[in-house]
Amino acid sequence: MIGVELRKLLLRPRTWIVIALIDALPTLVAVLLAITDLAPRPGTGPAFLSAVLSNGVLFPAAALAIVLPLFLPVSVAIVAGDSIAGEAQAGTLRYLLARPAGRTRLLVAKLAAVLVFVSLAVVVVTVTAYFVGTNLFGSQPLGGSVVSVSGTPLTVQEAVVRTLLAMAYVAFSMLGVAAVALFLSTVTDSPLAAAMGALAFLVTSSLLLTLDAAGALKPYLPTRYWLAFVDLFRQPILWRDIARGVGLQSVYLVVLLGAAWANFTTKDIKS
Amino acid sequence: MTAAILTRGLTKRFGSLTAVDSVELAVEPGDVYGFLGPNGSGKTTTVRMLLGLVLPTSGSVEVLGAPIPRHARRVLHRVGALVEAPAAYGHLGARSNLALLDAAGPGGPRRTRRARIDEALEQVGLAGIGRRPVKAYSLGMRQRLGIAAALIRRPELLILDEPTNGLDPRGIHEIRDLLLGLNAEGTTVFLSSHLLAEVEQLCRRVGVVDRGRLVLQDSLAALRAPTGQVVLRTPDPEWAVSLLDGSLRRRDGDRLWISAPDAAELNARLVRQGIRVSEIAEERRSLEEVVLAATSASSDRVDAPAAEPAGAAAPAAPAAPAAPAAEVLDSHPPAAPLPRRRPADRDGRAAREGSP
Repeated sequence: MIGVELRKLLLRPRTWIVIALIDALPTLVAVLLAITDLAPRPGTGPAFLSAVLSNGVLFPAAALAIVLPLFLPVSVAIVAGDSIAGEAQAGTLRYLLARPAGRTRLLVAKLAAVLVFVSLAVVVVTVTAYFVGTNLFGSQPLGGSVVSVSGTPLTVQEAVVRTLLAMAYVAFSMLGVAAVALFLSTVTDSPLAAAMGALAFLVTSSLLLTLDAAGALKPYLPTRYWLAFVDLFRQPILWRDIARGVGLQSVYLVVLLGAAWANFTTKDIKS
Repeated sequence: MTAAILTRGLTKRFGSLTAVDSVELAVEPGDVYGFLGPNGSGKTTTVRMLLGLVLPTSGSVEVLGAPIPRHARRVLHRVGALVEAPAAYGHLGARSNLALLDAAGPGGPRRTRRARIDEALEQVGLAGIGRRPVKAYSLGMRQRLGIAAALIRRPELLILDEPTNGLDPRGIHEIRDLLLGLNAEGTTVFLSSHLLAEVEQLCRRVGVVDRGRLVLQDSLAALRAPTGQVVLRTPDPEWAVSLLDGSLRRRDGDRLWISAPDAAELNARLVRQGIRVSEIAEERRSLEEVVLAATSASSDRVDAPAAEPAGAAAPAAPAAPAAPAAEVLDSHPPAAPLPRRRPADRDGRAAREGSP
């Protein structure tokens, strides 16, 4: 079943178009930076961007920071929101369930497909950014050092390991979005409504984060710790926010996936 | 032998609306079963409950001996289904669509998949379809693909909801032959339809559902048993009337309805008297009459509440009782003008005597 969903995901032109679009933004930023040589001043603009001009090895992390706030969640919401509602809208859901695919199995397979999509998007962005970064900005020779966010040097090997950790953290953060969209996808038969609902949830969270009056809510907002992956590039790594981020996302995942499962397995399929 | 489909007290309520009410279906293995009813009478909801898509409010469903939805996984892969319109992924071709669906559940071994898909496409007349994406298909081609999807695992039971939708007359004929051929090889066919002609030509047993209730379930032969009257057409009607006076039931020009047990015997009697007979046959009720007698108005028909002036009460409901005929029977060839006996329907309204 998971294999079937993966084939559907990978055979679909939309998957690749979305990934290409996500990938295009950091590449555009890199090209502009390389041409103009105008990096944002340290502390302004997307994370890491001020540092990449001196060393392209940090550009993958910068690329993740560029796509994380909007592009990645939008694409994840679209794919996850489409998972059940899209089948319902196309009418294929009733044939899948009468096949019988099994409702829980189908939901798990859809979740797995979204997970693969997220990983694929993150990997493509990072790998492209690595090549773009090292080619446009050059990298220190092997054995040299990369300057961490804290200002102390990182070896290239350390930078690579931390970039891998950052990829995992970003992908995990996106699963929270996927869980919201997947839940909404079991509620409505409109994939658009499910994706938009998930985005509304994120916009609400991002808005409340900027509001002092919502201070008491902040630790529980789903986007609160998204950018904590920056801490992976500090020396030493600052684990506190990353651990909290993982914990918070896990709670959202369990609750929302539970709700999606409970709703989907007891629902009358009338599409 | 376990029944192909067995429901007990099957009921589904959506809020205050009872869509399906205590339905007791019994479909035996090897049957060709026609499930009839006006639009909105609960046919599709019942079909969805058979496939575990809609969960019953109360009552039970057994398909091929296993309770649904609890043991759906055990038996549904032996069932081929077409529920309302066919559906497929538009950007993929017919073979990819069938392969994905086949791989999505149990009982479809990968080893034989390609051969089974080719065979199913052959059966529905899409063997040369190639790699064209489904979104470029015509309505009839999509319908054929939907039927192919129901056939890929050579199912023991076919549950088909309006299978000839969108097909032209030749296509309908092909699908009918296909279904009869499969039935001859042992496949049980459960056909939900509002097309009486289709059911009459295909099915041996019929269930009629009306407003969620199963109002009739019998073999087609029993439902269409002779009515005990003989329809006679003769160029000498007056003569015949005078001879048969006591047993004449009705007359329409040169056409006479005579109460007689045996048409052949009546024929011999008339001919002995020198009365010429141009047509003579036992009268049988058409399926149309049986269904109209058993069902009430189409539920997609919404009449304004009748504001009846006092005194004109009886003939005041002109259009309503006759309306289902046009709605339900749109493809049925007009039958010979037979007397249409319509008992009072379930609301107690006396149905109008239908004029031929």
